[in-house]
This record gives sequence, structure tokens and C-alpha cells, in this order.
Amino acid sequence: MNPNEFDVIIIGGGITGAGTQRDCAMRGIRTLLIERSDIATGATGRNHGLLHSGARYAVNDPESARECIEENMILRQIASHCIDETDGLFITLPEDDLGYQQTFVDACRQAGINAEIIDPDLARRLEPSVNPDLIGAVRVPDGSVDPFRLCAANMLDAKIHGGQVRLHTEVTGFIREGDTIRGVHTRNRLTGEQADYYAPVVVNAGGIWGHHIAELAGVNVGMYPAKGALLIFAHRVNNMVINRCRKPSNADILVPGDTVCVIGTTSTRIPFEECDNVAVTPDEVTLLITEGAKLSPALESTRILRAYAGVRPLVSADDDPTGRNISRGIVCLDHESRDGLKGLITITGGKLMTYRLMAEIATDAVCRKLGIDKRCETAVTPLPGSEEKSYEAVAQKIWESPSTAQKAAAARMGTRASRIRTSDRHDEALICECEEVSVGEINAAIDRLEVTSLTDLRRRTRVGMGTCQGGFCTCRAAALLAKAHGSVEKERADIAAFLQERWKGNFPIGWGDTLREAEYTQWVYKHVLGL
Amino acid sequence: MKLQEYTSSKGNFEECMKCTVCTAYCPVLQVNPLYPGPKQAGPDGERLRLKDPYFFNKALKYCMNCKRCEVACPSGVHVADLIQAARIKYDTTPPKLRDQILASTDFMGSLARPFAPIVNGVTGLGITKTVLDATLKIDRHRTFPKYSGRSFEGWLKRHRKEQAAFPEQVAYFHGCYVNYNYPQLGKDLVKVMNALGIGVQLLDKEKCCGIAMITNGMSQSARKHAEHNVGVLKKAVDQGLKVVTTSSTCTFTMRDEYPSLLDVDNSAVKDSLLMATRLIYEKLEKGATLKFRADYHKKIAYHTPCHMEKMGWGIFSEKLLKMIPGVEFVMLDSACCGIAGTYGFKKENYEASQAIGAALFSQIESVNPDIVACDCETCKWQIEMSTGYPVQNPISILADALE
Repeated sequence: MNPNEFDVIIIGGGITGAGTQRDCAMRGIRTLLIERSDIATGATGRNHGLLHSGARYAVNDPESARECIEENMILRQIASHCIDETDGLFITLPEDDLGYQQTFVDACRQAGINAEIIDPDLARRLEPSVNPDLIGAVRVPDGSVDPFRLCAANMLDAKIHGGQVRLHTEVTGFIREGDTIRGVHTRNRLTGEQADYYAPVVVNAGGIWGHHIAELAGVNVGMYPAKGALLIFAHRVNNMVINRCRKPSNADILVPGDTVCVIGTTSTRIPFEECDNVAVTPDEVTLLITEGAKLSPALESTRILRAYAGVRPLVSADDDPTGRNISRGIVCLDHESRDGLKGLITITGGKLMTYRLMAEIATDAVCRKLGIDKRCETAVTPLPGSEEKSYEAVAQKIWESPSTAQKAAAARMGTRASRIRTSDRHDEALICECEEVSVGEINAAIDRLEVTSLTDLRRRTRVGMGTCQGGFCTCRAAALLAKAHGSVEKERADIAAFLQERWKGNFPIGWGDTLREAEYTQWVYKHVLGL
Repeated sequence: MKLQEYTSSKGNFEECMKCTVCTAYCPVLQVNPLYPGPKQAGPDGERLRLKDPYFFNKALKYCMNCKRCEVACPSGVHVADLIQAARIKYDTTPPKLRDQILASTDFMGSLARPFAPIVNGVTGLGITKTVLDATLKIDRHRTFPKYSGRSFEGWLKRHRKEQAAFPEQVAYFHGCYVNYNYPQLGKDLVKVMNALGIGVQLLDKEKCCGIAMITNGMSQSARKHAEHNVGVLKKAVDQGLKVVTTSSTCTFTMRDEYPSLLDVDNSAVKDSLLMATRLIYEKLEKGATLKFRADYHKKIAYHTPCHMEKMGWGIFSEKLLKMIPGVEFVMLDSACCGIAGTYGFKKENYEASQAIGAALFSQIESVNPDIVACDCETCKWQIEMSTGYPVQNPISILADALE
């Protein structure tokens, strides 16, 4: 049998693609996932990391709200190591209409979201960082989710079920016979190597880039690129998600994620050409700080680590210029019935929150085409790493008295932390001191999670995500990669690329301690190490 | 565009540039691999602890609170404060009986003082040390400070009238050591102050500064002591008095640890509380004079206690000692002696404690002074036990050298 033949080819290594591959693989389908960059590089890795309760959509988009709360409850069960069950507040400030609160709560309850009006005093006690001027508060089951970890866990489970993955591989065209797609032409962007892969079904899960992929196949999917900018603060200011209780607007969600917190977002329509290179503007930074401080005044004087932006893959439905009123609903297009093109499915719209449902819908469509009759089990089967409910339980089972780094590893890897080798003291040495990532944990990622560069490694381990922004861990992690891949010269370039990427995020907020730290890093690498 | 005018964080932990100079300066890390080091335990650990107290590491107990990391830090991060504050907030293990005993310096002192000869005899016995080592895990190598039969407070009360006759007055926070163990140091202070025309008076019932409670997991009790002491210090300050001390750690605790670790506001008294050596130096700068014996000839090696370095006040003791005509002065290298109050008394810390002090001890031996000078009583115990050289407070040396 031709090793380049599969039952289904999935284009796009974001959460939708990875989720779809997992679902297909669990139903016994031979899968190949193709991603032109790394996993979670598009919208998947460029959002708040908010585990929506659905409350945000309850008033305007009840269907999305219902999907959110259902998936929210499922993810708590199947992806515990990617999720922080923080709960969230929707606060009403003196300038907001307190009357909206009841409309909001009613809509939440209609959608099945447990929204509870609480006393502002209680809100201040539950979340001491909240704006003390609040006049109303509603508690909802929001949380935070680590999208990189979630995406990696889906990809890993697909691999465990026999799936294959080609990262840094771009689809350059479709192999077409008449009105039927037979496969794809690809090119590896690192090696330039070209290859053709064949399958009776191809799933386009390219997010905003799915627009271009559809064009390659000769069909049109009307996508709508809406840029959202966010700021990362250097430590957790809040322990509960804080939202504004009003119609969704700019910079009105503050999410605690791991050791940081994130304020966002903005929403601006951008041309497709800009999707590959979105930058955060000074106006966006101003807006985010000003509006963010209304949720939590401490943000005004809390060190900012980075600024970043993502592009929402919205599907055009009307001509609203802001994109705020477009449904975040899931769109699954069978191009056979829609355009007369056999063998191609596009799965788009939706959100990080509903990725599993999107994957289920897409996989159902794949199964219909392949004539397979197997039920979806992704809603009840834990992802690899999520077999235990808490990281305390994980750490306790593996180590007698876990160190902080081991506890942190258990929080990041879940039960997979048992794969960290601890045979000698070298394995316990720290690579990343800010986030406490050990040599053993890095090597475990290199072994199993398709790592080609430091940036890939960062998405899987949090190396370089701490306050030093790669200042100390970069060269240490590069040494481990060089050893694993047997190429020192390649790592030299990798170090430069990684630090440049870190600086890109520091640049829009380049002042104070973050600028001082960046200067220091530059001094170390350029003048001390001579790189 | 909106820029942030300033940023702030608890203990300045966000200002950490990860330069790691604190780690290079940490005396514990050099001898104890179980300790994560100041950067890891302080600013790095803080970010994880903010996520979940679960990430608190019990190994933070190995921090001696010497503050050398804070002296080293070029970014103004209160590294040791972050570590001690985390221990106060997250370490829920109740203090062991041993730690309670070690921490309750004034309570134990008031119990032991009436029976001083018996207590001193008993604690000096080899069998007692063996029993304490086995039962309470107080290391057998340690020599207990002797208790004095008569307290310093009693002595000064008896001399109240003559002291009140001096035109200028200071109040004296003597601390537990002077009161229960070594009243002679208090008497030496009175002698030097009197020579400058200054009378010494007691505070209105001081209590132990509480440092041993802070480091032994008894922050509630420490806070009570702090509130009490700030109250009695304020009484003195309100009368226009300066308050002098002869112990660097008590001084440092009341000036810096009260607000930063115990949330006790001392702003009304902080600037009036100072080491006697500083006050004396300032007096001499302004023209006061002291007359020294012509026959005083001593080689003196000065050890700067860690908390003295943190305050930046070692210079005053140094200048005063150099002022004595017959003194051959040797400045010892900046190093921790390893005792850190009650830390070195604990069996589990004994080896680390001696290893930390080893460089200091060997330097003292090569200098071979007549006296080692030092402003801290626990450094004194450590250096005397480990080197056999006598250690005296600079105030006692001044008193001895006075005409």
C-alpha cells in the first residue's frame, strides 16, 4: 500500500484540525494532518484562552451560548490538565446600565448557563483585584484554557490512534480528477521537499487561511478576517475571569491564564494580505490599558509582558463592519452539495471553545462520505494527560514530595508528567526558571510532540513565556534541541529567530521593566555570547 | 499613545531581571542543594504562588533571612521579604515545640533568669546537650548562651536617678540578650553614653523584637510584639527621644521587618531608632569627644553582621573602632557567619551553618586578632564556638578603651 495514501487529509493544525484528526483517528480512520507552520499558530494560539461559559453570547447569540456551556462542561471532564476552573464575574460599573443585568441573567438561564447575581461586596471579596466601584456582579462558570496544551493533546491522541502529522508543510495545490479531489500537493517549508498525499476526503480546517485553501480548490468560502489585539500582564492580577456586564465591546475581558493574565480584545476588519503579519498598534495598546483598568485598576500599574494579535476566522453573514454581530456559530460546508466538488469539506466559524463539537460535525461528514458508521467518543474520553482531575493528584502519584518544578510540570502535562525522566540530577535541572521547566520536561516534549524549533517548544512547554522572555532559557533549550536533532548550526539561527519573535511581542509595550529586561537579554546574547 | 507612568508589585518582584546575582550571593545555596535559591524562591516562585498556593515550596524554610540577596540585587527586589512573606502566608505547618522554645527568647529568659546558676549548669552539661539533640533536635554542638542572675532592666532601674541627671537623654532598646544573658553590654552602653554627657533610660516595657518568631512560623505572636514595641517606641519618640540599640538584628527587625513582613506601620518611629554606634558617630562628627586610655592596645578584627550590611551601617562601627588610638583594625571579608539567629541551633541546619561560616572562621584564624568585634549576639555565639576567639560588641570595646 502507498504510504502516502490515507482515508482523510486534514489541512490546518489549529485546534479545529487537531480535534478533527483526533475524532477521525478514534473512529478508526487513517488520518494525515498537514500544517504549514506549527500547531496552534493561528487564531488557536492567539486569543484570550478563555473557557467561555457562553454568558458573553447569551443575549445576542443564544445558539453559540448553548454550545459554549455544553462544551465548557465537556472540556472540564476531558481536558482537565488544560483547564483552570476559575469561574468568572460580569461586573456592572457606575457608567453601565444596571438594568441590563437582568436581561443578561435571564438570557444566560435560557441558554442553560448558571448565572448568579451576587452582592458587589461578595464580588470584591471573591476577587480582590476587581474594580471596587462596581455596582453589580454576576457569577458565571467561566474559566481559562491553555490552547497550546489543548491542541498538542489532541494531536498526540490522534497520533496514539495511528494518525500522522506533517508540520511546517504547506498545501500548494489540490490533486483533482474532474469534479473530485483526490489529494494534495505539498511542500515542506523548512526543507523545500515536495510530496503528494492522497485521500478520498480532504478537510479544510485552515481557519482564516481556509479562505485561500478553498480558492486553491476552486471554490469560494466568504471569510471575514477580524483582528483582535491583546496584552499579557507579567503576573496573575486576578484569579477569576472579569467581564463587563454590557453588550460585548472592546477590551472587556480579563482572563487569568497560568502565571499571567490577559486583557482583550479589539476587533478590526483587516485585508487578507495582513493575516500573516498582524501587528498591534499604539492605539490598540492605549485602548486595552484604559479599558482594562476599568475591570481591574491594578492593570494601570502592572508590568506588561507582551502584546499580540490574532485573526478571527469569521464567516461573512451580513455587512456589519465591526464583525461583532456576526454569529460565532459553526459552519460546515460539504463542497459536493454546495459547489459540486467531491471530496472536500470545509469546517470553519466556531471558536476555540466549540472546537470539539466542530470536530464532531466535520468527522460525521467525513464518515458519511467514507460510509463509516461509528459514534463520536471525544465527549467522554479524556485527552492524554487528563486522566486525573487535578494536578495535585497527579504530582502526588508520581513524586513522594514534589518540588515546585515537578508540581508545575504536573500542572502543564497532567498525567503525562510521569513520562519525565528523573534518572539523574541533570534531568531535574531547570531550563526555564520563570516557569520552572526542567530538562526532563523539555526532553519529553521533544520526544513526543513534534518539535522542530524553539518556538515550537515554547508552545508545548511554556519555555520563554515567563518574564525573562527567553533571556535565560533560550540558549539552554537550544542546547537540548541541538543534541536531539544533531545540528548545532541550525540552532544558532533558531536562537536568533526565537529572540526576534519574543522581541516582536515586547516592542509595542517596550517601556519600563520589560524594556530593561529586553536590553539585558540583548546585552547577554550580543555582547557576552557574541551571537 | 498611553504609556504606563510606573509599575509596581509586591516586594518589587516584577522588577527582577533574572540576572541571578542574588543566587550567586546566597550563602545557603552554596552549601545546601535542597534550597531553591533566592531568585527561585522569591520573585520566580511568587508568580507561581499567585496562581495557586499549592506551588509553595516547603524548602523555603532553609532561607536564613540574612538579606544578602537584597543587598546584592541591582533592581531593588525585596527577595528575602518575598520568601519570608510566602512562608508566613503559605506554610501552614504549626511550629514545632523546639521552634517555639527557640523563638520565645524573652519568655524563656524570664523563666530561666531566677534560676540562672542552675540553668547555666544544666544546659552546659554534655548529657543535657545529648538529650536536647535527641528529643528536640537542637544540635549537640551548640553552646547555649548563659543566663544572668540579675536582669539589665533591674540594674538600670536602680540607677534611674543618676541617669536622669544628664542634660541629654536617650532611650535604650536593650533586647532579650542584654536583659537576660549579658547585662554587661547594657552597662557598657551606659558608660559610653554617660561619657558623652547623655543619660540612658528604659523604654516603657519593651518586648522581644520578634525576629525569632517571624522565622519560626509564629508571625501572629511576632505581630503582637511588633504592635506593642511600636507603641512603646512612639511614647519615647513623642518625648523627643532617640532610641538606641546594641543589636543589629533587633534594630533591623523593628525598622524594616515590621512594615514589610508583619504589616505593622512603624513610620512614626523608624527614623528615631538607630544603632548606638551610629548615634555616637554622629555626636563625634558634631564635635563631641571621647577620651581613650593610652594603655589600650588591641588587634581587632571587625565582622559586619548581615543585617548590619543590609542597613548599610557597618561603617559607623568601623569608624568608631578605628578612632581608638591603640587599635590595630582589620576589616574581615563580607561573609555570613552561618548562625542566623535560631537557624544554626537546629540539628538539621548545623552542618550547613558551619559550612557557611567556614571561610569567615579561617580568615579570623589567619588574622589572629585579640578580639573579634561584631554588633550581633548570635554571630558572637557562632564565632566564639567555632573559632575560640573572644567576640565583643563595638560598644563594649569602646567602654573598655575609655579613660
